[in-house]
Amino acid sequence: MTPVLRIEGLEKSYTPGKPVLRGINLEIGARGITAVIGPSGTGKSTLLRCINRLVEPSAGAIWMGDEDLARLRGRALRAARRRIGMVFQEYNLVERLTVIENVLTGRLGYVPLWRAWLRKYPAADIERAFALLDAVGLPDQATRRADALSGGQRQRVGIARALMQSPDLLLADEPTSSLDPKTAVEVMELMARLTGEAGVPVIVNIHNVELARRFAIRIIGMTAGEVVFDGPPEAIENHHLRQIYGGEDWL
Amino acid sequence: MSATRNAFPPNWPLRIGAALGLAYVVYASMQLGITGRRLAQGWGEAGRFLARMFPPNFERWELLLEGMLESLQIAVLSTALGIVLSLPLGLMAARNLSPLWLSGPTRGLIAVCRSLHYVIVAIIFVKALGFGALAGVAALTVASMGFIAKLFAEAIEEISMKQLEAVRASGASAAGVLLYGVVPQVASRFIGFGIYLLDSNLRNSTLVGIVGAGGIGGTLFAAFKRFDYDFVCAILLSIIALIFLAEVVSGRIRAALR
Repeated sequence: MTPVLRIEGLEKSYTPGKPVLRGINLEIGARGITAVIGPSGTGKSTLLRCINRLVEPSAGAIWMGDEDLARLRGRALRAARRRIGMVFQEYNLVERLTVIENVLTGRLGYVPLWRAWLRKYPAADIERAFALLDAVGLPDQATRRADALSGGQRQRVGIARALMQSPDLLLADEPTSSLDPKTAVEVMELMARLTGEAGVPVIVNIHNVELARRFAIRIIGMTAGEVVFDGPPEAIENHHLRQIYGGEDWL
Repeated sequence: MSATRNAFPPNWPLRIGAALGLAYVVYASMQLGITGRRLAQGWGEAGRFLARMFPPNFERWELLLEGMLESLQIAVLSTALGIVLSLPLGLMAARNLSPLWLSGPTRGLIAVCRSLHYVIVAIIFVKALGFGALAGVAALTVASMGFIAKLFAEAIEEISMKQLEAVRASGASAAGVLLYGVVPQVASRFIGFGIYLLDSNLRNSTLVGIVGAGGIGGTLFAAFKRFDYDFVCAILLSIIALIFLAEVVSGRIRAALR
């Protein structure tokens, strides 16, 4: 199976001399969930944001198909971004827009601006948005404002928005960290099921190792900007966790 | 050691500053010749002046109405123009969305618009464009830009960047990000600013006429010069009524928006 993403020697420093990512090399397969675990501040979010260029990489290449995402600019960058859905820790819905408008935001990379402005989306897009809202379990919330929803509901909208892009890859930056444990499991289940059905590979940053074990087919452990573990969930053991997070009292 | 701890040490810079300020007030009043006798004389004149203002004289109501309508038109036009021109300026001046090479000069331009009082700007425009409402509209448009572009910029600087990040991640163009990320977050505040601007332009438009830039101010100034104090009173009452009306209407609109 050809990988959907190939990261080569990716480096990033926000301030010169203090690298956050130190030469990441990864291949992401075309199916299933890849979980990235590691302590806070270790560069997991930076890694995801380098892929869709919300953060500018300092060095290295990110190959998606025959395009190096790290080199793209302007129109080509936007075309690449719309192929990459993203789900955020704090949902990042535009709170003043309605739920359905937030979902349709996922089409901004496709429809002409005047259509988006006048809310004249193609009928197929609107149909699909409703279908996605049904799929994430919010069939009756379409015209409510996003800030009226609970955290779990917002993240469901966030997932619908990302899938609305018909992405080839989904990035999820700690999608469950702001949710209670039960909702977190439900949201992960939902994400796993919908992306599984659509055949979209997922890279998810996650703090909860148990959730990672349960849903991922592959776990990547990061410490201080480097990959220190890469393997299937059943291979990860306490000494790996000790190496990733440091210390052992918490285990 | 314990004896030297003082919970409220004297603030000497503040005391010296206050003393200097007080000294300057005394000096300035002496320089300007503000004395008790002068004040008493002034109050007497004010009494005579007020007595001549009543009863107000609405006989020349056509002249009054014409002036008021012109002021209203100046206010509405300059507000509309000011908002249209301030939208891009506000965006360009917002430091979170615009690069420094753009936001810096734009802030400078806005500061220039703010720095001169609108009456001075009106005088300049009267000299440049000639007497009449056009000069008033131009002057108040400039003043509006200085006022509201800054408010727009500050509102934009306060938006949540997370929401923008999400829209950008969807592959939206810059205009798309603006439309779906920025506008929803600032629209209601912008409308509030716009109403406030109209309010203040109504007030200002009654004044620019004094320097010949159209509106009721010209009529008012002429009445002053002819000592028609009863007509002056009628004009002042009309202005107060207009401002009150505007206050009520804008209050209603703001309540409806909430």
